[in-house]
Amino acid sequence: MQRTLKKYFIVFTLPTLIAFAIAFVIPFVYGIYLSFCSFTTVTDTKWVWFDNYIKAFSNNKEFLNALWFTAKFAVVALVSINVFAFLLSLALTRKIKGTNIFRTIFFMPNLIGGIVLGYIWQCIINGVLSKFDLYLLSDSKYGFWGLVILMNWQMVGYMMVIYIAALQNVPSDLLDAAKVDGAGAMQRLRYITIPMVMPSITICTFLTLSNSFKLFDQNLALTAGAPAKQTQMLALDIYNTFYGRNGFEGVGQAKAVMFFVLVAVIAFTQLRFTRSREVES
Amino acid sequence: MIRKEKICNFFIYIILIALVVLFFAPVFFVILNSFKEKLYISSNPFSIPKGEMFASLTNYTNGIEKTSFFHAFGWSTFITVGSVLVILLCTAMTAWYITRVKSKLTSFLYYMFVFSMVVPFQMVMFTMSKLTDMLHMNNPLGMIVVYLGFGAGLSVFMFAGFVKSIPVEIEEAALIDGCSPIKMFFTIIVPILKPTVITVAILNTMWIWNDYLLPYLTIGLSTEYKTIPVVVQYLMGSYGAKDYGALMALLVLAIIPIIIFYLCCQKYIIKGVVAGAVKG
Repeated sequence: MQRTLKKYFIVFTLPTLIAFAIAFVIPFVYGIYLSFCSFTTVTDTKWVWFDNYIKAFSNNKEFLNALWFTAKFAVVALVSINVFAFLLSLALTRKIKGTNIFRTIFFMPNLIGGIVLGYIWQCIINGVLSKFDLYLLSDSKYGFWGLVILMNWQMVGYMMVIYIAALQNVPSDLLDAAKVDGAGAMQRLRYITIPMVMPSITICTFLTLSNSFKLFDQNLALTAGAPAKQTQMLALDIYNTFYGRNGFEGVGQAKAVMFFVLVAVIAFTQLRFTRSREVES
Repeated sequence: MIRKEKICNFFIYIILIALVVLFFAPVFFVILNSFKEKLYISSNPFSIPKGEMFASLTNYTNGIEKTSFFHAFGWSTFITVGSVLVILLCTAMTAWYITRVKSKLTSFLYYMFVFSMVVPFQMVMFTMSKLTDMLHMNNPLGMIVVYLGFGAGLSVFMFAGFVKSIPVEIEEAALIDGCSPIKMFFTIIVPILKPTVITVAILNTMWIWNDYLLPYLTIGLSTEYKTIPVVVQYLMGSYGAKDYGALMALLVLAIIPIIIFYLCCQKYIIKGVVAGAVKG
């Protein structure tokens, strides 16, 4: 079968491979090359070694600020989203009526795009703050917590759906046996349910983590980094370095490479986590 | 015991219903304000539009006119539907081929696709938008090619995972009976792949419909091919007096198609998202 199939390489793979080369392979390889160059258009490049990488840190504190803001946001979002989602999924896997309707409603915000979400919440938060004669951009803490609330609204339903699927797979005879043996509700949760859904907890943890690190649309629409770039996350900082100032394209590309390494490290940690658990079980 | 449980469930109900109200509040808020005169939106954001505050449909006509919303809706639909169809066809074929033919090249390709899932868009956005400009791909058809390329990673990965679970004997038997690989793919493989096709279609639809940066960078603002997220940002991102009335109307218009889509295939969407998350 392999031999017959081999002749069809062009028919089956070529369209995808051409598109993949244009949209990913060439830009990726050339992007790494450009991060070591000084340039304004893609054709007038000059090799400058690690100049761009040094400039990314030394020129101003924006990149480090963005990194710190992103990390802080990621941790808060990670904990709050997963705790809320897990509690909701526990409530919705009890034998009560209408769980499907609740699930449908809680999942809905996840389908609305980041730009639209950002503006919806910008108006709401400004509306609430105006009661106290404040507005969203008066202090970076409003932008931070606004972003946390927005992401919770968007992602809780998503994570909840994953947790529900996992909770439904916990064998009920195991829980019943523990109940007969006198284990309380908290004990059953701690010693049976949570260990059984651990793979999903890993998935959701890393999903929220990488989504928070890559966040762009919501950040742009909610505050666009204001006031004074204090609420700027990594992706937005890279974007502004590329398109905000002339002559800084190389620095932008260097930041992008570091951003990619960071995201890749998170992804590979996740992979190792899931792999090691598979071995255990 | 049973009574205790009933009381417990009652409290859970109350909390859940409160949460439902909380989840609907933002959407309700936007709908409310979309019917309000724009001057009152920032001063009285939570009051019901009546009397002189009521703007009937002027915000809607304003917003639609300022952004030519229906054009944007058309292009969003064209790009999303076109890209999803092309992605489904091309990546399913590629995934089947590289899973069935075992060679160094195909396993290298497989790892390249998996690798591309890890790379954030910011890494390639600058070089990619320059390349697509050079190749004159800054139009909806070019966008479809770009989406195929950038979306190939996840889709190939998901299809390949499913193809591995299909027993190869069916295909070998078909081949001996004189079936050509192309015919075999469409008559035997595609029907088996159906559940994954739905998952991949939903994940890609949600991504492409809501995507902002890629169409903004490749197509830009100067052309007529703006998509819905691009026009929303265009309305607010530009300098000068911001028309919050038009924005509210536009947000409502942007949400309506998503809600309709969601209510129509709610079951598949939730299933697809779970499958996608667990595999990705």
